Amino acid sequence: MTESTYRIQGGTGEWEVVIGLEVHAQVTSQSKLFSGAATAFGAEPNSQVSLIDAAMPGMLPVPNAECIRQAVRTGMAINAPINRWSRFDRKNYFYADLPQGYQISQLYHPLVGEGSIEIEPEGAEPKTIGIERIHVEQDAGKLMHDQHPTRSYVDLNRSGVALMEIVSKPDMRSPAEAGAYVKKLRSILRYVGSCDGNMEQGSMRADVNVSVRKPGDPFGTRTETKNVNSIRFVMATIEIEARRQVDLIEDGGTVVQETRLFDPDGNGGKGVTRSMRSKEDAHDYRYFPDPDLLPLELDEAFLEEARASLPELPDAKRKRYEGDLGLTAYNADVLTADVETARWFEAMLAEGAAPKPASNWVTSELFGALNRLGKDIGESPVSPKQAAELNKLVADGTLSGTLAKQVFEVMLETGDDPAKIVEERGLRQTSDTGAIEAEIAKVMDANPDKVAEYRGGKDKLFGFFVGQTMRAMAGKANPAVVNELLKKALDV
Amino acid sequence: MTDLTNLGIADIRDGVAAGTFSAREVASAFNAAVAKGKPLNAWLVETPDHALAAADAADAARASGDLKPLSGVPLGIKDLFCTKGVETTAASGILKGFVPQYESTITSKLFGAGAGMLGKLNMDQFAMGSSNETSAFGNVISPWKRNDGGNAALAPGGSSGGSSAAVSARMAPGVTGTDTGGSIRQPAAFTGISGIKPTYGRCSRWGVVAFASSLDQAGPMAKDVRDCAIMLEAMSGFDPKDATSLDLPVPAWEKRLSGDLKGKRVGIPREYRVDNMPAEIEALWEQGIAWAKDAGAEIVEVSLPHTKYALPTYYIIAPAEASSNLARYDGVRYGLRDLPDGANLQEMYAATRADGFGAEVKRRIMIGTYVLSAGFYDAYFTKAQKVRSLIVRDFEQAFEKCDVLLTPTAPSAAFGLGEKAADPIAMYLNDVFTVPSSLAGLPAMSVPGGLDGQGLPLGLQIIGRPLDEQGVLNAGLAIEERAGFTARPGAWW
Amino acid sequence: MSVDLATVRKIAGLARIATSDAEAEALLPELNNILGWIEQLGEVNTDGVEPLAAVIPNHLRLRDDVVTHDQTGGGIRDAVLANAPQAEHGFFAVPKVIE
Ligand SMILES: [Mg+2]
Ligand SMILES: [Zn+2]
Repeated sequence: MTESTYRIQGGTGEWEVVIGLEVHAQVTSQSKLFSGAATAFGAEPNSQVSLIDAAMPGMLPVPNAECIRQAVRTGMAINAPINRWSRFDRKNYFYADLPQGYQISQLYHPLVGEGSIEIEPEGAEPKTIGIERIHVEQDAGKLMHDQHPTRSYVDLNRSGVALMEIVSKPDMRSPAEAGAYVKKLRSILRYVGSCDGNMEQGSMRADVNVSVRKPGDPFGTRTETKNVNSIRFVMATIEIEARRQVDLIEDGGTVVQETRLFDPDGNGGKGVTRSMRSKEDAHDYRYFPDPDLLPLELDEAFLEEARASLPELPDAKRKRYEGDLGLTAYNADVLTADVETARWFEAMLAEGAAPKPASNWVTSELFGALNRLGKDIGESPVSPKQAAELNKLVADGTLSGTLAKQVFEVMLETGDDPAKIVEERGLRQTSDTGAIEAEIAKVMDANPDKVAEYRGGKDKLFGFFVGQTMRAMAGKANPAVVNELLKKALDV
Repeated sequence: MTDLTNLGIADIRDGVAAGTFSAREVASAFNAAVAKGKPLNAWLVETPDHALAAADAADAARASGDLKPLSGVPLGIKDLFCTKGVETTAASGILKGFVPQYESTITSKLFGAGAGMLGKLNMDQFAMGSSNETSAFGNVISPWKRNDGGNAALAPGGSSGGSSAAVSARMAPGVTGTDTGGSIRQPAAFTGISGIKPTYGRCSRWGVVAFASSLDQAGPMAKDVRDCAIMLEAMSGFDPKDATSLDLPVPAWEKRLSGDLKGKRVGIPREYRVDNMPAEIEALWEQGIAWAKDAGAEIVEVSLPHTKYALPTYYIIAPAEASSNLARYDGVRYGLRDLPDGANLQEMYAATRADGFGAEVKRRIMIGTYVLSAGFYDAYFTKAQKVRSLIVRDFEQAFEKCDVLLTPTAPSAAFGLGEKAADPIAMYLNDVFTVPSSLAGLPAMSVPGGLDGQGLPLGLQIIGRPLDEQGVLNAGLAIEERAGFTARPGAWW
Repeated sequence: MSVDLATVRKIAGLARIATSDAEAEALLPELNNILGWIEQLGEVNTDGVEPLAAVIPNHLRLRDDVVTHDQTGGGIRDAVLANAPQAEHGFFAVPKVIE
């Protein structure tokens, strides 16, 4: 609906970049797509390899129901039709990380049809990005090149792990849109629970298809940069590759449809894309239906279970937070961006915290603390239950905002419950008017000149008296009571 | 003791159970026959100790009263079946030295049923061939000779040629075979023994070196129909490790064997009367029809209109699947590696595969690669799968009119080694009668019907409806009972 | 359709079978002979016919998501590497690949 205004300035004028992404997302499962070998990350080389994954003679694939189910749920989450009849095809090519000599994938009849997701790129209008299809396929193994001068080493632990390939339409027009797309997709996958979205461990990586054109022209020739493994790198790949293509065309060259790879350290650390000669016959994969597997037919009960097990998704949750809980748009956005945050926040509500103050507390106090500690919300030293209790102590007047901050600091250090900290350290807020009045009198006695100035019209000094009184009360006085009593004493 | 090798599976099973002889005596007799049979080149690996150990277990089981269905029966195993700790090569140089760390489902079932293993049987390389001449380890020589006084070496059929030779030369009472386009039935016919390919999905393919996955089926080859039924019962059954395995109980085929065909309709497909069929095969077919009638069957003529297209269909689908199935032989994880000086990974693949695969295997990989390649997939592969649908439909329509089909097994008796090697298509035509039922996944068997004028065996084929192995075995038994085929090759080796 | 020498070389390349000029020339008539023969399928009217999807009526079974310790599972590195032409430090080794 809204046209991106991202443009590349070339010698011949402005260029538009056209981007499509093929995201490979590792399906969360205990065992591989076609074998009973484990999928855990970081195991000893070749320790999670079955005879099937090593493509021993006569070995056969049997599909893992959970991988199919997770791909189906993911399809439902992007509002795509689930094909009740799909099929596995073989994609044939030779490479050392591909023991069978083919990858079992889905070309002709993918499991999931067309869907879409909404993105909100930073500083731009929201946009709908089309998704062409989702299919299920095997991951390849891993090659290690730096352990021996003349040999590469092959580790098949990843070989056969289930992937969802999520293919977008060429709907993105700027690095920011592509970044927002991957971020949103990651968020949805994590909500659904079909992929942990861990890009550092390779659970999610993107093949980035980039072409350039003069605005309004037909699509140009695209290149595919493989296996880009962070959002930042996806955006960098687009910038660098689009620039390369513009320069190439303007110098009289033509873009070749080819596979490239992104080297973040190239070009003096600015990053560069390079042609991948290792994938020579990439264009003749000789796909055909895998004769070891029958067509995959899903019944209504299977689909129904998948649908029923879907959680509330980020867009719906954000709307509910704003509408039903009355949170600010900013808080609703921040709290729903990642499923763990939303879960944490909702756990806090379930423990009785009031939504609005809790949302402010999480987005400011908790996030601030976690940031300082360099921890994820999942590693928070304070539990949602403890956080709810802390918030309740503020709500019922036991703690002032200042005291609450102090208690929270102690909680972070000790992991103790707030009530215990309040009790042991005597951090309870006091509304004892007698005690406060006595301290006010002392403050006024000690500062007769300030009292005179104030009474002479220097209203700003009120803050000074509040501060002095609070300090004299060791911060435990109820600020509202202090204000009220100070007014009474000063405004005679 | 030597006459123990004349016994079949049922005889051995019953004799061991009755204590007529010990399982060890049987195993020793067959081990000796295997050792003596070297000139036939039927065995790639001999495993006498395996046979003896199983025999001793059988003798102990008899003493303790818990004999299993195949206790005391030593078997030959086609080298397409992976056997744990025993070299398995599929008769290809590319797998030379490969020792599986696992046991195929079929061999585990057979050993679990008490059988022992005499050794691994030679075959056409990767089961591609009809004469056993594509083995990387030399031809198998049929124990049969023509009665013309000459000494021409004959083909035992293929691809299960070591298997057929082993049974007909009395080196094993029963053997495993595999059948992709006729590789159990044609060699059985060439050597005067029986063999059955069950319905696709009855026998697990797990641990069987793949040729063409949508066609490959294991099955038994033995002296007679009863022995086939006994072995097939032990080999069949659901295997969760094979996604195409049929989740069905295994019928008691042996118990329900009956050569009485009253109430059965035997179909005669008119398209199987091919041009240039030898008169003797025509005559045997007529004789088979007469035997079926005699057994009480009604004879009906049926039509399988796409018969003519079965072979070309097969020679698209099987090579296509094979080209992909054989991609794993790349010199990285097992088998041969040919790494010329300075070669990179892709050059290593190409050198290894050029070195390790035989000419026929390469030819089929090339055909298969071509028919799947960009721009040709629909014209060849998709077209072939459509014709295959029509072939399946032909059978369905025929089986509305009859219960089993009766045809010759092969268009000729055993030919001489080298006679057809120069012309691939002439060799392919040998499977003209067996390929259609393979494409349709139907149970089919060959039983010996008689000898031709040169004294060589000829087989009759029975094809049944999906899952109707019983109907096939019963019709086979009816013919066997009437044919009275007892001819055996003289032991010239 | 008949293939030429360049196609034979291309197919041999795709199939990763090193083929000398003499071998390619010998293969050329063989392949054309076979391809010419299988092309008789063109005679068959297959309008409206679906390509065969399953030989015998049967449904694809799915297995449960469990890590197995039988012949379908991992944790058997020695068995996996037992037949390798070259295995080092728990890896398969191949000539160095430059990506
Ligand atoms: Mg891609
Ligand atoms: Zn992919």
